[in-house]
Amino acid sequence: MFQVRIHGRGGQGVVTAAEMLALAAFDEGRYAQAFPSFGSERTGAPVVAFCRIDDKPIRVREPIVTPDALIIQDATLLHQVDCFGGLKPEGHILINTGKSLAELGLEEYLAAHPRERVLTLNATEIALRRLGRPLPNVPLLAGFAAMTGLIRLEAVEKAIAERFAGKVAAGNLAAAREAYSRILSSLERAHV
Amino acid sequence: MFEQIEGSRAVAKAVALCRPEVVCAYPISPQTHIVEALAEMVSSGVLSPCEFINVESEFAALSVAIGASATGARSYTATASQGLLYMAEAVFNAAGLGLPIVMTVANRALGAPINIWNDHSDAMALRDAGWIQLFAEDNQEAVDLHIQAFRLGEELSLPVMVCMDGFILTHAVERVDLPTQAQVDAYLPPYSPRQVLDPAEPVSIGAMVGPEAFMEVKYLAHAKQMEALRLIPQYAEEFRAIFGRPSGGLAHAYRTEEASTIVVAMGSVMGTIKDVIDEMREAGHAIGALGITLFRPFPTAAIVAALRGARRVVVLEKSLAVGLGGILATNVRMALAALPIDVYTVIAGLGGRAITKRSLHALFRRAEKNDLDSLTFLDLDERLVARQLAREKERRKSGPVAENLLRDVGVIAARNY
Repeated sequence: MFQVRIHGRGGQGVVTAAEMLALAAFDEGRYAQAFPSFGSERTGAPVVAFCRIDDKPIRVREPIVTPDALIIQDATLLHQVDCFGGLKPEGHILINTGKSLAELGLEEYLAAHPRERVLTLNATEIALRRLGRPLPNVPLLAGFAAMTGLIRLEAVEKAIAERFAGKVAAGNLAAAREAYSRILSSLERAHV
Repeated sequence: MFEQIEGSRAVAKAVALCRPEVVCAYPISPQTHIVEALAEMVSSGVLSPCEFINVESEFAALSVAIGASATGARSYTATASQGLLYMAEAVFNAAGLGLPIVMTVANRALGAPINIWNDHSDAMALRDAGWIQLFAEDNQEAVDLHIQAFRLGEELSLPVMVCMDGFILTHAVERVDLPTQAQVDAYLPPYSPRQVLDPAEPVSIGAMVGPEAFMEVKYLAHAKQMEALRLIPQYAEEFRAIFGRPSGGLAHAYRTEEASTIVVAMGSVMGTIKDVIDEMREAGHAIGALGITLFRPFPTAAIVAALRGARRVVVLEKSLAVGLGGILATNVRMALAALPIDVYTVIAGLGGRAITKRSLHALFRRAEKNDLDSLTFLDLDERLVARQLAREKERRKSGPVAENLLRDVGVIAARNY
C-alpha cells in the first residue's frame, strides 16, 4: 500500500487533490481511498487530506500516520504544523514553493534525505499563469506523478477531465503538463 | 458499474435507483452530500417522478416524510447527530404508525460539548424508537443496505435507519459497484402500502389509543421487528443472486474459526479491525471478529451462534451509556448471559478520536492475557483527566470542563491527523 498525505490550507483544493489522486489511481485499475481530515473547513486554516493506493481492496480507516509521500501545498505550514510527522525513511516530499530548501530553513533538517525524494515546485506560480487562479493542487498532483511514477500523467489528465470542464479544465491541463515536465527535469538534475 | 465516488454521492445514486417519490430534508448542518446530490437529480429531471421538499428543520423533514409515506409515496430523508435528536418525536411516530420511511443517519457525536465528528451516539440514542437499524461497514455496503432497506421496510411496514459513519464513510472517496436500474427494479417491487391516505377511500391514520389496546399495538410492533430477523437473511440471499455479491444480513463473522478471542463491533471500524486480525492471525493469535450489521432488532441467536466457541469477547463500540458503560456491549452481554464467556467493553472513537491499528493491536493482546478491565476507554488521555479532577478538588469554582481541557491540550487546528 502506498499512502499519501497532503497538507495545505482551506481553499487550496487539498481535499480535491486527494480525491483526484484516488480517481487517477482508480482509472489505472487500482484500489484507492481518499478522505479529508475531518473538521470544519475554513478558508486559510490548515487542512490535511489523505490518499491510499493499493492493488487490493483497502479496509483500514485510520488516518495516515506513516505516509510514503507528502505533498505540501503551502510552505508556510512547514513551521506551523508537524508536516513531516511519521514520514517513512526516504519518503517522497513535494513542496509548493519558489524558494530553495535552504531559504525554507529545511536544508539541515533534510540533509540526509535522498535528493530525488525531496523536490520543490512553484505550483502556485504555474497555476496563476495557466489557470489565472492560485490553485496549486493540480500541478502538484502532476508533479507528484512525475516524482513517484505511481500514476501516469495520462491518468492525471483523465482525472482533470472528469473533475473540471471548459476553461478550468484546459488551464489545469496546461498547468499539469508543465508541472510534470518541470519535475522530470528536477529529477534529472537530482540524479546528476 | 465500478465508480470511484464519495460515499454520500454513492448512497444518493443508490437511493435514486430505488425510485423514491418524496425526498425531504433540512439542508443545513448537520446534513450530508446525500440530499444535496438527490436535490440535483430531482431538479435536473434525472430522478423523476420525485418531489424534493426543502423544509425548515429536521422535525419538519421527518414529519413531511411521515405525511408523504402515509399517502403511499416511497419516502426518504437523511440526517445526523443533533438533527436526529431534533426529529426524535417524529422518529417514534413514524415507527408507531408503521410507515416504511428509509432514513440515512450519517453517524456523528452528540453535544455538549459541540463536536461534529463521528461516533454512534446519535443512532444509539434512538435505538429503541421502533426503527430497524442497519450499520454499514463500508460504502459498498452502505449502497447495498439502502436498496435492501426499502424492500424490508415496505414488506414489514416499518421504517429503516441505515447508519453509516459520518465523515469516515460519507466523505471517503473509494471504489463502489453501483447497480443498474434493471437490477434494482428486479429486486425492489413497487411500494404496496397496507394503509394509505386516499381521498377516494377516506380513512384516518394516527388514532389515539387508550389502555384498552396500546399494549397490543406496541406488542405488534415488537413482533413485526422480530420478523425482520427471518426476512433479512432471505433478502440478503436474494440480493446476492441479483447483484452478485454478499451484502447485508444479520452479522458478518471474520476468521472466527477456532478463535478464542472474538472482537465485536459495528460500522467502518470493522475494516481496521479486520486488518489487525489478519496481522495477528499471521503471528499465530487465535482471534477473529464479528461485525454486527443489524442492531435493531437485535440478532441474539445469530450472535450467540457466532460467539459461542470463544473464550472471551471484546465489544468495541463508538457509544457510551453514561453511568453504565457500553450499549452494544450490554446487548451482547445479555445475549451471552448463559455462556461461560468473558465479555469486555471497550469504548472507542468517541467524537472522532481516531481508532488506530496500533492501539487495537495493544488492546487485543491485553484482552488475550485477560488484562482488561470490564470497561475500558481506548486511548483515554488519563493525564488530561487527572488534571481536571485535581482542579476540581482544589477549588469549587473550577470552571467549564470542556474549556479547561482545551486549554490544557493547547489545541491548534489540523493537529488531529
